[in-house]
Amino acid sequence: MKKTSFEGFMKGIFILCSTTSIISILLIVYFIFSGGVPFIMEYGLKNFLLGTKWKPTSTPPSFGILPMIVGSIYVTIGAVIIGVPIGVLTATYLARFSNKKLYKFLKPCINLMSGIPSIVYGFFALQVIVPIMKSLVGGTGMNIISASILLGIMILPTIIGLSESSIRAVPNEYYEGSVALGASHERSVMSVLLPAAKSGIISSIILGIGRAIGETMAVILVAGNQPRIPDSITQGVRTMTTNIVMEMAYAADTHREALIATAVVLFVFILIINAIFLIVKRRTLN
Amino acid sequence: MNNFKSYVIRFLVKVSALITFGALFFIIGYILYRGVPSLRPSLFEFKYTTTNVSMFPSIVTTLMLVFSTLILVTPIGVFTGFYLIEYAHRGNKFVEVIRITTETLSGIPSIVYGLFGMLFFVYRLDFSYSLIAGILTASIMVLPLIIRSTEEALIAVDDSLREASFGLGAGKLRTIFRVVLPVAMPGILSGIILSIGRIVGETAALIYTLGTATKMTDGLFSSGRTLAVQMYVLSNEGLHVNESFATGVILLMIILIINGLSTYLSNKLTKGRID
Repeated sequence: MKKTSFEGFMKGIFILCSTTSIISILLIVYFIFSGGVPFIMEYGLKNFLLGTKWKPTSTPPSFGILPMIVGSIYVTIGAVIIGVPIGVLTATYLARFSNKKLYKFLKPCINLMSGIPSIVYGFFALQVIVPIMKSLVGGTGMNIISASILLGIMILPTIIGLSESSIRAVPNEYYEGSVALGASHERSVMSVLLPAAKSGIISSIILGIGRAIGETMAVILVAGNQPRIPDSITQGVRTMTTNIVMEMAYAADTHREALIATAVVLFVFILIINAIFLIVKRRTLN
Repeated sequence: MNNFKSYVIRFLVKVSALITFGALFFIIGYILYRGVPSLRPSLFEFKYTTTNVSMFPSIVTTLMLVFSTLILVTPIGVFTGFYLIEYAHRGNKFVEVIRITTETLSGIPSIVYGLFGMLFFVYRLDFSYSLIAGILTASIMVLPLIIRSTEEALIAVDDSLREASFGLGAGKLRTIFRVVLPVAMPGILSGIILSIGRIVGETAALIYTLGTATKMTDGLFSSGRTLAVQMYVLSNEGLHVNESFATGVILLMIILIINGLSTYLSNKLTKGRID
């Protein structure tokens, strides 16, 4: 009798622990939104989202975050252009072109790549990519291209990890059938395996986009951080994430609320990306 | 013509792999090449000053943060895994909600965690910039990682082991702790080790919770900076490039060791499954 009540007690503990993630997310949503939404209401959603001037310290201050939204989108698109083809093809290489011995060495390398701290990536880019960019296009070298290259490298492990496992999950009969019909190894992989693994590859890209748009400390070092809408990709930009980090240290009152409101917008972006990811994933499972 | 196409495909695939791994090795190599010669004894002096920019205090702070975060979050994450895999029935709505929230948590950018930690722990609970605020923020951040690796490790345990244990008259708890857990241990450990890596490398979530104080943190309610935060501050100032490289070397070393351990453990897990 005593034993069963202890079993019940421990089950209760396990259930209690399980609620931690739910409580955490509720707290996060509550604090971010209650800190930012009142400001957005007061300043006007349209003025906030579509305003092109971010001058928090001038009088009267203006808080338009369109430049930052555009900045985030630009560097994310750049990261996708660079990271997706390289990532998907590397995943293909790992799944179908490498031998076992090499794979045993390369697979942990991908994990290592995702483990390297973003500040190390950022500092590397600041020391290597920025000077190269400076000599190529002039200016400070801190621009959309630098940030895109950096983010493109940083999202590689995310894309490779998930793409590779979804390519491997395709039944081998598909491949064998294609080869039996006379297609070459390369053609079978490209025209049969990759299309069959499509939804897994798409979810890996969505995850990569989430990673790129949320990256902060690496981008802050190489993007230039000017709060204006850029005319070309050789100009610097500021993203939503870097806007928060750079000014939070000294912001007060409305300025601080405006930064929290920036986080609200970023958060909404992430929630949408997450929702798309979950939908794609669910469709794959069914 | 077909031969040519195949050749192009093979070429592109190999070049991509070369770029990926080339980038990785170049980054590691370059940081080591520039950083190792800058590793001077003065960088490890007990006290931080603006001239020696010692990383010793931040190494100690990092260790304290990692250790206390794991003590807090490991039982919560592992127990959640127990509930999800060993107790909950399929299609349970509560389980569904936990899965979705865990998934959402793992997608939230660290700067949002940092801002939340600042608003809740630092201001609302009035902890100010402190170790405890850093611990709590980091805990929420790595929770999904630990839950997921526990789940995966538990799923990998053969059901016949559980059935045998029940058949011999063991209760649910005893089965979990004596039979399932030992088999799943390497998988769970590798998740915990990856969490260590995540905390060590974290910056954005910590500068507005743990803070950036240069002294060694001397208690739960005092501020400090981790190694990664130290590297961010140094590289942002731009005055101590060599020292930044040196800090990068130490960070990379930690990550290399952590990843090696985690790979070793997960290999052990898969081996255990095949045998």
